[in-house]
Amino acid sequence: MKKIFSYFFIFLYCSNLYSVNDNLILAESFPEKLSEFEFFLDDSAQLPNEKVIPYELISTLFSDYSYKQRWVYVPGNKKAKYVENWVFDFPTGSALIKTFYYPVDERAPELGKQLLETRLLLRKESGWEAVSYAWNEEQNEAYKKIAGKTINAEWTDFMGEEKTVRYRVPNVNQCKECHDADDKISPIGPKARNINKKFDFKDGEFNQLVYWMNREIIDDYPMDLISPVDWTDETKDINDRVRSYLDVNCGHCHSPTGNANSTGLYLHLNETRDINLGIFKKPVATGRGSGGYKYSIVPGKPEESILLYRMESMDPGVMMPESGRALTHKEAVEMVRDWIYGL
Amino acid sequence: MKKFNIFCISIISVLLLNINAKEVFIEPGPNEHERLQEAMILLQEGDILTIKSGYYSFEDGLSLDVSKVTVRGEGMDKTILDFKNQKSGAQGLLVTSNQVILENFSIMDAKGDALKVIGSKGISMLNLKTEWTGGPKSTNGAYGFYPVESEDVLIDGCVAIGASDAGIYVGQSKNIIVRNSVAQYNVAGIEIENSYYADVYDNLASHNTAGILVFDLPDLPQQGGHHIRVFDNQAIDNDTDNFAPEGNIVGEVPRGTGIIVMANSDVEIFNNVMSGNGTVNLSIVSYSDETDDKNYYPHPKKIQVHNNTYGPSGFDPDLETGDLAKALYEISAGDMPDIFWDGVVPLSQMILGQPKEERLVLNEEDTTSFLTISPIKYMLGFSSPIRTDIKEFEGKITPLESISIKTF
Repeated sequence: MKKIFSYFFIFLYCSNLYSVNDNLILAESFPEKLSEFEFFLDDSAQLPNEKVIPYELISTLFSDYSYKQRWVYVPGNKKAKYVENWVFDFPTGSALIKTFYYPVDERAPELGKQLLETRLLLRKESGWEAVSYAWNEEQNEAYKKIAGKTINAEWTDFMGEEKTVRYRVPNVNQCKECHDADDKISPIGPKARNINKKFDFKDGEFNQLVYWMNREIIDDYPMDLISPVDWTDETKDINDRVRSYLDVNCGHCHSPTGNANSTGLYLHLNETRDINLGIFKKPVATGRGSGGYKYSIVPGKPEESILLYRMESMDPGVMMPESGRALTHKEAVEMVRDWIYGL
Repeated sequence: MKKFNIFCISIISVLLLNINAKEVFIEPGPNEHERLQEAMILLQEGDILTIKSGYYSFEDGLSLDVSKVTVRGEGMDKTILDFKNQKSGAQGLLVTSNQVILENFSIMDAKGDALKVIGSKGISMLNLKTEWTGGPKSTNGAYGFYPVESEDVLIDGCVAIGASDAGIYVGQSKNIIVRNSVAQYNVAGIEIENSYYADVYDNLASHNTAGILVFDLPDLPQQGGHHIRVFDNQAIDNDTDNFAPEGNIVGEVPRGTGIIVMANSDVEIFNNVMSGNGTVNLSIVSYSDETDDKNYYPHPKKIQVHNNTYGPSGFDPDLETGDLAKALYEISAGDMPDIFWDGVVPLSQMILGQPKEERLVLNEEDTTSFLTISPIKYMLGFSSPIRTDIKEFEGKITPLESISIKTF
């Protein structure tokens, strides 16, 4: 009898070792520690469980120059459904996992990295919920941070320059502020069009949509998908690059269903009206966010365009996005400046 | 019997509420931001969060997203939430949930807006204060109280000082009461913008650039502002230079304006005291900038003004800000009226006249001075395009219904 018990425990142990803890994803409250979900075989090395699949987006949200690694988990034999112009409709029990980090030195990856936080979007029965886990100093565990956390981080950039940042782990409400669509929490990244690119999986390089089909975590995707361009790809048309950047950095709030819909400034990819894109659009409730300028975008005059002024600012009462940024995204500011200049 | 049943049910639900509800207390001290923010996140329906009296200094904004809760301090001069060291967050406090009561605390020196409420169904702000303590400056945040896209909004007994746009601003909302409140040293004291069904009464708006604004703007999800009653207020001594950052519509408002109605319909303004406003006591105007928005109606209509008291005005017109004061000064040859209507109507109405039910009605004492322009005469170069006889605008007052809001 005793022997049977011990086999049983060994069995439990093994199954736990190799599978994600589905009950915790569905549970009413979030566990204290990230490791409890068992998304990773080795948490500090960020080595994912077999069923936790890495992915990348074509264009990404700027988060103070931090690096991000993303994974998707779809439970059992379920599949996410393709939705036109929107994120996949993931089944209950799914998880989207995103770890933020700075390399110690961008020039020398072998020097390692500082893990900052791992953000989770968990698909519960009632819908998506968001929470973030901040990594401890020992870098061997991440702990739930309902109210967010400030991390004074530093790294050395490609130019050898020492960088410091007052990095903010968002609180649960701040997660919702960006992930809000029609008063419900929604993922932003994994739209079919955003993941339509190649990725070097451990079993070879594949288009991510093809790979997701092969792994049977999505039901379908269209062959004639029009994808945004990678905004960093300077061979592409600047208009496409800027629209791609604005879509992923601003469009989740600045859209008719987003948190900033009261502004009438819409920067998501599907917006086509000049005035709503900000061209000669007057500010509404901008206050000193206007910087003394009259319009969101003045074609040919980046230095008089509120949009650029707010992208450059580091003043919390002025800067856009409102949260998730403490530094200026210089490369994007340069691109948007060139774009407005050429309009 | 039915009434009795309802009574019983409400007693029972109150009891149930009390059984589940808990009260949470926060005191000043180490990690006060994290403790308060965490408490706000962990609140559950029916809970009351009390922020004990004291001085709290925060580096990050706060937010509340739980419905049916009360967050209260121990008095607007006792529980002080100070944001002058704020490093992140576009406002002091952001509320995004329904049936929320906020009362008895102060928000000081927020970097952006002090208290912003987005998309709330049921928000009561009672005895709160928002202030920028360095006096009127263009670096102050835009709004003190800033409910937007909300319904059943109550602002009662509040104080708003120093906002670089509006002290109390209600935008794109429905069912609104602003009462018993004080707005001073803001650009606009109280502003109701692109909103439906509002009662603004028993307020004091003084030492702002302009006292009370009822505005409607184009290119927004909700426009066509209407059914606004402004009564029993004091819009007096609004004498602060306009300090709004340029680009904002209130930046055009001249110092010394009591009440302005722009591009709204069904507005009733009565029993107010307007006095000591150096440019003009009451101004009724169209939206004058170009717009391609076909759904937007830029002219005021069905405006009724009656039984107000007018004290001195026009003695110090602000000819530096915007075009309004300058134009009025020229047209009136320096004899500024108590009430000004720009007279702008759609072209067809300039020729055929306004429909009777849309006309401006002014039932005021004979001593009230008034001026309006006939734009057609003005454009055709008539020597006297102005009309100043207030008697021409007398008419029957059709009172607007008072606003009732759901309170919780």
